[in-house]
Amino acid sequence: MTSSSVHADAAPEADSHAHHAPQSFWSKYIFSVDHKIIGLQYTLTGIFMAVVGVYMSYVFRMHLANPAAHIPFYGVLSPAAYNSLVTNHGTIMIFWVAMPILLAGLGNYCIPLMIGCDDMVFPRVNRLSFQVFFLSTVLLLVGFMAPGGAFGGAWTSYPPLSAKVEYNLTPHGNVIWLLAVALEIVAFLLGGINFVTTAMNSRAKGMKMFDMPVLVWMIVIATIIFMMSVGPLVAGAVMLLLDQTLGTHFFAAQGGDPVLWQHLFWFFGHPEVYVLLLPELGVVCEIICVFSRKPLFGYKTIVYTTFMVGILSMIVWAHHQFIAGIDPRMASIFSLTTIIISIPVAVIMFAMIATLFKGSIEFKVPMLWAIGLIVEFLLGGVTGIYLGSSALDVYFHDTYFVVAHFHYTLIPLVAFGGFAIFTYYFPKVTGKMLDERLGRIHFWGSAIAFNFIFIPLFFSGLAGEHRRIYDYSGFAELTTPHMQSLRTMATHALLVMIAFQIPFVINVIKSLLKGAPAGANPWKANTLEWTADSPPPHGNWAELPEVYRGPYEYSVPGREQDYWPQNAAN
Amino acid sequence: MSVSSILKIFGLPELASEHGELVDHMNGFVHWFMLVLFVGWSIFLIYVFYRFNQKRNPRADYHGVRGHATTHIEIGVCIVEAILLIGFAFPLWARQADEFPTGPDVVKLRAVGEQFLWTFHYAGNDGVLGGINPKLTTSTNTIGRDASDPNGKDDFLSGGVMRIPVGRPCIVDVRSKDVIHNLALVPMRAAQDATPGVKAHMWFKPTKAGTWDIICGQLCGSGHSQMKATLEVMEQKEFDAWVKEQSDTAIKNAAPAPAAK
Repeated sequence: MTSSSVHADAAPEADSHAHHAPQSFWSKYIFSVDHKIIGLQYTLTGIFMAVVGVYMSYVFRMHLANPAAHIPFYGVLSPAAYNSLVTNHGTIMIFWVAMPILLAGLGNYCIPLMIGCDDMVFPRVNRLSFQVFFLSTVLLLVGFMAPGGAFGGAWTSYPPLSAKVEYNLTPHGNVIWLLAVALEIVAFLLGGINFVTTAMNSRAKGMKMFDMPVLVWMIVIATIIFMMSVGPLVAGAVMLLLDQTLGTHFFAAQGGDPVLWQHLFWFFGHPEVYVLLLPELGVVCEIICVFSRKPLFGYKTIVYTTFMVGILSMIVWAHHQFIAGIDPRMASIFSLTTIIISIPVAVIMFAMIATLFKGSIEFKVPMLWAIGLIVEFLLGGVTGIYLGSSALDVYFHDTYFVVAHFHYTLIPLVAFGGFAIFTYYFPKVTGKMLDERLGRIHFWGSAIAFNFIFIPLFFSGLAGEHRRIYDYSGFAELTTPHMQSLRTMATHALLVMIAFQIPFVINVIKSLLKGAPAGANPWKANTLEWTADSPPPHGNWAELPEVYRGPYEYSVPGREQDYWPQNAAN
Repeated sequence: MSVSSILKIFGLPELASEHGELVDHMNGFVHWFMLVLFVGWSIFLIYVFYRFNQKRNPRADYHGVRGHATTHIEIGVCIVEAILLIGFAFPLWARQADEFPTGPDVVKLRAVGEQFLWTFHYAGNDGVLGGINPKLTTSTNTIGRDASDPNGKDDFLSGGVMRIPVGRPCIVDVRSKDVIHNLALVPMRAAQDATPGVKAHMWFKPTKAGTWDIICGQLCGSGHSQMKATLEVMEQKEFDAWVKEQSDTAIKNAAPAPAAK
């Protein structure tokens, strides 16, 4: 490993930076090539966009609970604005919150620290990745100021609605939206190359592939899925852009085919779900091992199974198109693959539960979020079985049942998983401990409120309530007091969930100011990131660690301590 | 008590089609399966959290689970999923997507979506739909009917109201003039995307007379929520009388110059 000698030079240099005042702020925090700073830049941008996305959901949920009323902090919602809020809420939560926090933020911060190297293989590509991402963020938000308004053709952007101005009535919004999404994808491709290359080439001395924490495996596999599936979407986006701007007919009825876009979009869109799922499952594995003091059950099985998930995820996409008029013989094949993919995912869930079994479980806040993720995701997973079977999907398609289903998969991943990551790594990133009591209030308040938002929506969907409807007043069966009460309950629960983020904000501010010092390894964990200082300096370690064992040697018989760090010689 | 009666409690709306019975049955079956899975998992998890809490179990067992219980549960789940697919999903799908009904009994009509309304095109007295061609669309010929097609002479249109007779299979040819719409017939447990350039078909057999709302099931623009139509399932006699009246009027109007209307 030559990188250790490079690093030995880099560390004192990083220290000396602090003394060179004029250079420090910009080079250290804004144009940094340090993987940790880039990870934090991604995460903070993601958190900012999460606030924007939640605000949008607040506006349209308020409208649905009380149509045509004046909404505090917004005003009265028009049908076109409703469509663009729903569209951008989806786009933002997937591409600008889930992706930067779960994949880019987590991956950048953790991969080099977990495999014991000083930085990513291509630090400048990494910096470029964030800069492109930042540009895409600005572009997306600029769409709201465009004449004619922001794009409102759903996050799936089906043509011809998205392709022709005479249909969508947003002459600039649709082009800006598409450019922003395309740029965002470019950013993640740049970052993804780094993740895979770094994990393959820069592991610490003595660390074999199966000594890597499962989280690193999961991020690498997720990145590979992403890179394999995103190509067709980029091609599709270019074609759609040409349709929009130059009047080509790739996706027009005459000369082209609108269904082609659906294939290109979902060929990416469904693997994307697993791109978000896998890093989260990795985090949960790390956290439950640490807080139950037990080795991970079936480490290798989990890794192989994850590869299975990755391969299967590439061949399930058409289950989004059962009623789009595709060849009926295709539907049964995609039903089959969709049901089959639930099996490896269930195996991973079983492995997690088996890890807890006979453990010594301590419910610290990160563990609460991780367990919450497992429980809530279970409900999201099992409701997928309904939608995977073609005949049932015909009934549920585009109803609130679908909305409830994917929020039950994505909110556990993004919110529960995001808070698990945040509370688990906060001591490492800042060097301060969070307050446990405020953390518990935040967890229980948010988790309970979350269920009251989306369980009513399962019932709405079963009753045949379609989504993306601005105004239900024309439909007698959907405006009964019962149906309205379901909508109102979801909205009120959302307000409660938002209110329960206040303890979180207080907790973060309070802990940053006067939290207890964390030390290097507050959770008594084995993996390498906990052997670096908190916060780790530029270059991570003064001397790169050497690895002697796997990452999950907890409660080893005959040892006094119940953990055994990977780099401890004995 | 049938398998699907759980769904009534959960608010499943009225059913009015023959194959819908099977859809609801499968829906109920999956609900029970999910309920068993979810309750089972939850009980087990709560037990684990209680029994292996740090207070009760201060030192974890390095070796952990050694039995094959998880494998057996996993195989059990796979078997139920296989039953679900082979027993319910595949046959039901094959029936609705491949085996379209034939014979004189079948009612054929065409639904044409556009921003933001539905037009229903009926075959008239001869029972055969005339052709349409998007290129022929004008302000008076709203769905582009082909005047040279002899089958179309007795055809007629119904704006926003879809009338069908009870007890006869009905094939709907679902088309769109502009963007993607979806003809969602909730009481029939049937829905089909209307995609421009795609000739999509769906069929069902109404079992109950009544009137229901039709909602557009695919975001189609700023007026999406106003894209409402009405589904009227009527008695055979009523339907026949209506078709005859409309069709005769259509023939009468078509006979002289097509300028009148």
